[in-house]
Amino acid sequence: MEATTVLHKTDPDAHITVEDLTMAYGDFVIQRDLNFTIPRGNIFIIMGGSGCGKSTLLRHMIGLKAPASGKVLFDGISYWESAPAEQQRIKRGFGISFQSGAMWSSLTLAENVALPLGEYTDLAAADIAEVVALKLSLVGLSGFEEFYPSEISGGMQKRAALARAIALDPEILFFDEPSAGLDPISSRRLDDLILELRDSLGTTIVVVTHELASIFAIGDNAVFLDAETRTMIATGNPKTLRDESPDPGVRRFLNRGEI
Amino acid sequence: MPGQLHLQFPSPDNLCIVLAGSWLLADSRPAPDDIALQLQSRSDLHRICFDGSAVTQWDSGLLTFLARVYQLADEHKIDIDPGGLPDGARRMMKLATAVPPKEDTGKHSEHPPLLERIGLRSLSMWRAAPEMLHFLGEVTLSFGRLFRGTAQFRRSDLMLVIEDVGPHALPIVSLISFLVGLIVAYMGAVQLAQFGAQIYIANLVSLGMTREMGALMTGIIMAGRTGAAYAAQLGTMQVNEEIDAFRTMGFNPIDFLVLPRMLALVLMMPLLVLYAGIVGITAGMFVAVTVFDISTFEYYQQTVRSMEWAHIWVGVIKGTVYGVLIAFAGCLRGMQCGRSAQAVGEATTSAVVTGILFIVIAASLLTILFEELGI
Repeated sequence: MEATTVLHKTDPDAHITVEDLTMAYGDFVIQRDLNFTIPRGNIFIIMGGSGCGKSTLLRHMIGLKAPASGKVLFDGISYWESAPAEQQRIKRGFGISFQSGAMWSSLTLAENVALPLGEYTDLAAADIAEVVALKLSLVGLSGFEEFYPSEISGGMQKRAALARAIALDPEILFFDEPSAGLDPISSRRLDDLILELRDSLGTTIVVVTHELASIFAIGDNAVFLDAETRTMIATGNPKTLRDESPDPGVRRFLNRGEI
Repeated sequence: MPGQLHLQFPSPDNLCIVLAGSWLLADSRPAPDDIALQLQSRSDLHRICFDGSAVTQWDSGLLTFLARVYQLADEHKIDIDPGGLPDGARRMMKLATAVPPKEDTGKHSEHPPLLERIGLRSLSMWRAAPEMLHFLGEVTLSFGRLFRGTAQFRRSDLMLVIEDVGPHALPIVSLISFLVGLIVAYMGAVQLAQFGAQIYIANLVSLGMTREMGALMTGIIMAGRTGAAYAAQLGTMQVNEEIDAFRTMGFNPIDFLVLPRMLALVLMMPLLVLYAGIVGITAGMFVAVTVFDISTFEYYQQTVRSMEWAHIWVGVIKGTVYGVLIAFAGCLRGMQCGRSAQAVGEATTSAVVTGILFIVIAASLLTILFEELGI
């Protein structure tokens, strides 16, 4: 409950809060003293150069890796201090799209999307089939139900992975490098879809990316991780950061080094 | 309030679907059966519109319902006016219908009839034969380069594989050989004891272990242990495009990956077979001495008397042949592997099955051959 009081002091709207987070592999610290808040319905970008710990931060937020110190709070509840049952409940609200799709290779696309639906809802098989068809059509893969992941292209796998991530209408969607490996049009469509999911369903969205076009197109807020100082050096709206950040490194990054 | 549905007809050619309440996937929602009926019976309908102002909350439950309505309208060639839907739902439906369903994807989910399946399977097996020969040819060429000294591979890789194939296999080879020696000794002894010839346990065990069982058991262990490992390693490298990377950078993956693996197994198998024979004979001695009252010295004498160099050579040659076959099967299946986790599993299974099949065929052929040659 202490966590809740801390949270209410800062922001009643906060959906996800990261508090004094330090991430480390053994003794090797990746990032320290991370503090930021993601309001409900926000599209939040985690950015930074290669190897600065963006994906590691995501792994801490989705419950795959425990922090060396600090907290990750969802609606004021500290994930890593919760009982396993509570952690399970929090995770039920996540939809995650992994960097290379991570589609289960032994299942068809339809079975991939249907698996969480079958496991976590009481829907009848016919209803599940309808939801699966809808989710695949949302990502533009209608008609590919019976394909195995190895039979479709990398970009299609990523879109299929998104269909699986949104299968359960999650409260929070996490994307790891969503547009890496996509052509500009697919990438743009994916950005539109992310915006649409937020606008229509009020989903909170966390995106790890360094694709500048995407960052400016969809990002409400962002955190910039720096590999040198091993901590965050800026937060705020990406466009504002691009033009007004006091840190030259951040401005250089957001202007593709042309500064 | 759960989801509710009313149909209104503001004009004869216009159907208005009035939605109300909560349309969540978890709740019970009305099915569009009524709408299907109306579309069927009223041929003068031209337009469907919606009134969603009374919808309190919605998620995919509403969207799947709408998808069905859209589909029905499409079947009856009726226009849809999504204007009255909740804002988000309208936009989501626009997105869902933006890319038309891909038809003619060449996917047939129904099973072909039995005869067709048998035919397809036979054809694919028939086609697999040249592939295997091709691989055999490549490996042979690679060995040719090895003997001319032009094969590219790292000596340290070879050493690592040798360590893994040889010394690391000792514990399991010891255990299995000891138990097999024990079984052979026991089975023979019970029969031999009937006419007081227990001392011939030594002949039975030494002959059996050196000529046949040592090589066969080691072969089967190595097929399960090393053949599977080769297939899994090479298969995973295939999935990660590592093998393509070798090719594009001008390395021959056969030289670089397959050659050291085959070489390691060919070098280590004879040694493992010899070792298995010694362990098996020791196990036989253990049985003879503890259960059948034969002294260690007698057993040793009898063993030395029954042994010939030919028996040892036969065992070692068989073991070496098995080694070649296991490495060949493992590397072949690994290099043929598809590009998914599933495929790696299939490659590994197939490597072990193919390896053991090769071993058993070779064992039969070699036994007959040596018999004919009188060795």
